[in-house]
Amino acid sequence: MKMNLAILSEKLGLEVRGGEDGLNREVSGGYVGDLLSDVMANSKKNDVWITCQSHPNIIAVSALKEHAGIILVLGKEPERDTLENASREGIPLLVTTLSGFEVVGRIYNLIKT
Amino acid sequence: MNQNYEFSFPVEGGNFDDAGKVSVEIKRLLKDYGIPSEIVRRTVIATYESEVNIISYAHHGTIAIHVTDDSILINITDSGPGITDIEQAMEQGYSTADDHIREMGFGAGMGLFNIRNCSDNFEIVSTLNEGTFLKIVINR
Repeated sequence: MKMNLAILSEKLGLEVRGGEDGLNREVSGGYVGDLLSDVMANSKKNDVWITCQSHPNIIAVSALKEHAGIILVLGKEPERDTLENASREGIPLLVTTLSGFEVVGRIYNLIKT
Repeated sequence: MNQNYEFSFPVEGGNFDDAGKVSVEIKRLLKDYGIPSEIVRRTVIATYESEVNIISYAHHGTIAIHVTDDSILINITDSGPGITDIEQAMEQGYSTADDHIREMGFGAGMGLFNIRNCSDNFEIVSTLNEGTFLKIVINR
């Protein structure tokens, strides 16, 4: 079964905040980080990006890298402009109160094992 | 093929709200021109990091792209404070970014390093109190 954000959202109890149209896009891997240059250099296409950065610039990074979507952890909520940009670029934006460690661990178990 | 496209975009210093916008537009254009995705990937990493550098440090700048059959040539010009020690600035992890920039996840000291990594040819010239010029070539 190919993984996507709709399934991950259901399994991890994530809440969708924007970019709903892209929820069925395939998730083939993931990347975790809060340094934008690190994510630009090392994340891959179709990764889900796990971060605690919530400002609008994360959407440009995701659009450029063609990520499957972004999960904001630790209860971070996207800024208003972040939501607008997410809708415009079609990047799914999800939130959770879980820590990055928890989210990454669970996603890893679902897609890599 | 005989591809020959030129386009350029202004970038305003200090305006973090739009960081990445120019690179997203460049990506769209390159995809429209049918440039292979690996070349697009390297080009937009270089333009994104350059865009963020202009916004973080310069007053204003320009990102100019020239697409030919053989390569993507990227010229980045800014007017700003310039770089005191280019060798040091090229080192991964070295940054003069302030806390405000770092809190947003910029200023990790990886920008110029990433640009050089994506380039087949990379030149940097900087003049203090005038500005910085980058010439980046990505072979197709």
